[in-house]
Amino acid sequence: MTSRAMTLAGLFLLLLTPGTGGSQVPGTDGAGDHGGPHGLDGHGANATNKAFPVLSFDYKHVQMPFEISLWVLLASLMKLGFHLIPRLSSIVPESCLLIVVGLLVGGLIRVVGEDPPILGSQLFFLCLLPPIILDAGYFLPIRPFTENVGTILMFAVVGTLWNAFFVGGLLYGVCQLEGTHLGRVDLMACLLFGSIISAVDPVAVLAVFEEIHINELLHILVFGESLLNDAVTVVLYHLFEEFAAAGGVTIKDVFLGIVCFLVVALGGILVGAIYGVLAAFTSRFTSHTRVIEPLFVFLYSYMAYLSAEVFHLSGIMALIACGAVMRPYVEANISHKSHTTIKYFLKMWSSVSETLIFIFLGVSTVAGQHHWNWTFVICTVILCLVARVLGVVGLTFMINKFRIVKLTTKDQFIIAYGGLRGAIAFSLGYLLDKVHFPMRDMFLTAIITVIFFTVFVQGMTIRPLVDLLAVKKKQETKRSINEEIHTQFLDHLLTGIEDICGHYGHHHWKDKLNRFNKKYVKKCLIAGERSKEPQLIAFYHKMEMKQAIELVESGGGVKIPSAMPSTVSMQNIQPKKPTERALPQLSKSREEEIRKILRTNLQKTRQRLRSYNRHTLVADPYEDGWNDMFLKRRRVMELGKKLNNYLTVPAPAPDSPTMARARLASDPQAWSIKPKSDSIPTIQVDLASPQSPDSVNMAEEEEGLMMKAPSSSADQKERKRDKEDGVEQQRLARCLSDPGPSAEDDEDEPFLP
Amino acid sequence: MGAFHSNPAEQTYRDLAEKTGFSVEQIWILHNRFKQLSHDEEMLRRDDFKAIPDLACNPIRSQIIEAFFDQRNFQTNSDGTAHEIGFEEFLTVMSYFRPPSLNMTQEEKEDLRRAKLRFLFNMHDTDNDGTITLEEYRHVVEELLSRSGAIGQETAKGITDAAMLEVASTSVGHMGPDDVYEGITFEHFLKVCHPFPAVKGKLQLILTAFVHTLFPHYRPRLYIGYTGVHWA
Repeated sequence: MTSRAMTLAGLFLLLLTPGTGGSQVPGTDGAGDHGGPHGLDGHGANATNKAFPVLSFDYKHVQMPFEISLWVLLASLMKLGFHLIPRLSSIVPESCLLIVVGLLVGGLIRVVGEDPPILGSQLFFLCLLPPIILDAGYFLPIRPFTENVGTILMFAVVGTLWNAFFVGGLLYGVCQLEGTHLGRVDLMACLLFGSIISAVDPVAVLAVFEEIHINELLHILVFGESLLNDAVTVVLYHLFEEFAAAGGVTIKDVFLGIVCFLVVALGGILVGAIYGVLAAFTSRFTSHTRVIEPLFVFLYSYMAYLSAEVFHLSGIMALIACGAVMRPYVEANISHKSHTTIKYFLKMWSSVSETLIFIFLGVSTVAGQHHWNWTFVICTVILCLVARVLGVVGLTFMINKFRIVKLTTKDQFIIAYGGLRGAIAFSLGYLLDKVHFPMRDMFLTAIITVIFFTVFVQGMTIRPLVDLLAVKKKQETKRSINEEIHTQFLDHLLTGIEDICGHYGHHHWKDKLNRFNKKYVKKCLIAGERSKEPQLIAFYHKMEMKQAIELVESGGGVKIPSAMPSTVSMQNIQPKKPTERALPQLSKSREEEIRKILRTNLQKTRQRLRSYNRHTLVADPYEDGWNDMFLKRRRVMELGKKLNNYLTVPAPAPDSPTMARARLASDPQAWSIKPKSDSIPTIQVDLASPQSPDSVNMAEEEEGLMMKAPSSSADQKERKRDKEDGVEQQRLARCLSDPGPSAEDDEDEPFLP
Repeated sequence: MGAFHSNPAEQTYRDLAEKTGFSVEQIWILHNRFKQLSHDEEMLRRDDFKAIPDLACNPIRSQIIEAFFDQRNFQTNSDGTAHEIGFEEFLTVMSYFRPPSLNMTQEEKEDLRRAKLRFLFNMHDTDNDGTITLEEYRHVVEELLSRSGAIGQETAKGITDAAMLEVASTSVGHMGPDDVYEGITFEHFLKVCHPFPAVKGKLQLILTAFVHTLFPHYRPRLYIGYTGVHWA
């Protein structure tokens, strides 16, 4: 097939290639003018004949994508460059450097004579902001967020309102003073300006707080506030815009404003939740088309954002709600690779977006028309700071009455200091209509000054301040299985105590929600068996998987890294007289699946890699390296061993996978390479490639991620060992890559060849 | 606030308030609840607990009920289990869930925390030998997974082993291959629980909410969220 295809392709190409000037095939002269747009005039004897252009320059039709790509490339190269300079990234936060770069680039463009582009609101709100917010929402730590949601809401709603009115009102007072030449600025415009400038910006907060690794509580408070205040900002902005155009305010308008706020916030969340449920439901059926799974996540989230924006609801809250709602169900449904893809795509997009936003901020500063008014600008900066501090202190005083774990002065300082303004304020200011707001340029100048001040001054000094004040940093402890058990235990305990007291409190409702979730929602949204998996088991499997990968990456079975740096092994833990334990029953289907996997693994002869197919996830060629490694060093983990033994040897005292692995890891001498001997039947197992590109056996893939059956004890018969190790490396390799082999081959062959 | 009972009862309440740290009003509310649960009798029995409808779907229901009848929790230095409990014992057990009051010294707070963790420990250590053995821990995990059928049974073992290994590693460090780790003692338990801020915070939270709902005119119903992360 290939040789014929090659000749056909070659002929085809030859026919398509336009003849170059002068080498035309004789005989086509007469038909000549179809040579191209610069067609030949007559038969070549004409003196005004232009030669056929070999190389031409046509920039216009690629201009737009070319420039966009150039900007993105510039942004990425800048990011790269910062981290190459050793000292710079530890002193100056990235956002500052990027703004400076933007200033330089803007200046350069100006010098050249072109008009530097301004960060358009369309571009910002529709393209640059969503990835950052989706990244934040999808990976939002739910537990600390819900535990602090009251505090966060207080800061977001009441705090922002306070800031807006304080700044707006006092600025109006300043404007009324004689000698400032600001008499034209009326109250509504001032309040509008106040509402624009008062919102803490999630992009800036993320950019700065990411680098200082502050403790989880403060991080979630400031960050949560920056996300939730979007609803307030949207409402206030539209409200004051309307009022400024209309001229007057009545009580009815204020009341409508409050209703509008509720509609915007709750509506945004509702829209997001609906799209989240849709995405979760879609992901239930993607088991045959794993490749486009991440696409659904992105598309549904973006649609949620856009749909919310259509109705002027809060797009940010819609995005957060969508990400948070769909995540637990989607993660239970999608494959491991899709999960990794989603994670990395989100991080990549949000990183690029953030970089672009800051660069454009710099460029827009150079590009925009500015109207500098000393009084206005200085007052704005001072008032913003003062308002923030007063707001935080006042609110904390009230909030601490209801909190068990109070916010200390240090916490308050960090919260106040972390209130950074950013590109959202600039974009909102840019959106203002020049006709209604003639002082728009002045506003923009003031906004940019505040942004610069917060990002540069506060951004740069927050890190030494955090160190100086000895604020608690983020604890790098991994979430352990003990913690998970205890948390669940305590949840149930506290719910039980609440029931005994007859009190329907926080835990009672949380428990009810969980039970509703388990009973109805999970069944709809999660495919297959996973819907019944309790949280503890899911967590355990995830942890096992992580440890397995770590073990492999650390060189195969030397020691379990980091988690247990002690010599305690499972032998120490087992009770002196092991109790006889009846073998627990595996469900029939599960047993069948396991059997199927082992059979297919054990019987593969060397398979040729199938021809390349864009729609399949082909097994990594890198896996051959694993193969060698495992064959060389026979220290493998017990992940498959137990399955094998369970099915073939009824072992007296089954061990858990952890136990066997731990023993293995702590006692490396136990598994040395045995000499080949004829009496031991060895099985050559080679890595399999997918047989039929379009069908992937999902059951096996699922099996690859979950380890369920217990293992047998360590004193196994020697003849099993080879087989297990062979199976082992197969299973491990499969754990690390998808998909597994298809199931239809070799069902009837015996278990051992 | 409604009228209190007659004076002798008030005196009892004051004594109890001294002993358990509740306020007199809270004790009054709890006494009402006690009488409701025990159908106006003096003593509360296991069956009365089992009759609470909401408790039926709690996976660790039996352990919670046992905790109320465990004499180690009565602060009387005795062991064993009681057949029925009076109001004082009921109140003593409930006192493990109250938050530290604002005017406590650091030492008192530390003692309170210790007492709470001791209560938790006693819940796990059912045979009262001072250690949580592998079997007992496995029982805990099985109870938590008790609603998951067969899948829960087999993985419980794996989970327990992993958890035990972790505790042993963090608390003991180095053990030779022949040493046997008997079980988690209370000291180890404290050490293990130490880095779990979420765990510590929760024990305090429940009674605050409880108080808020029962005394609406003392405090508003809405209580702003809490966090367990920060431990001052």
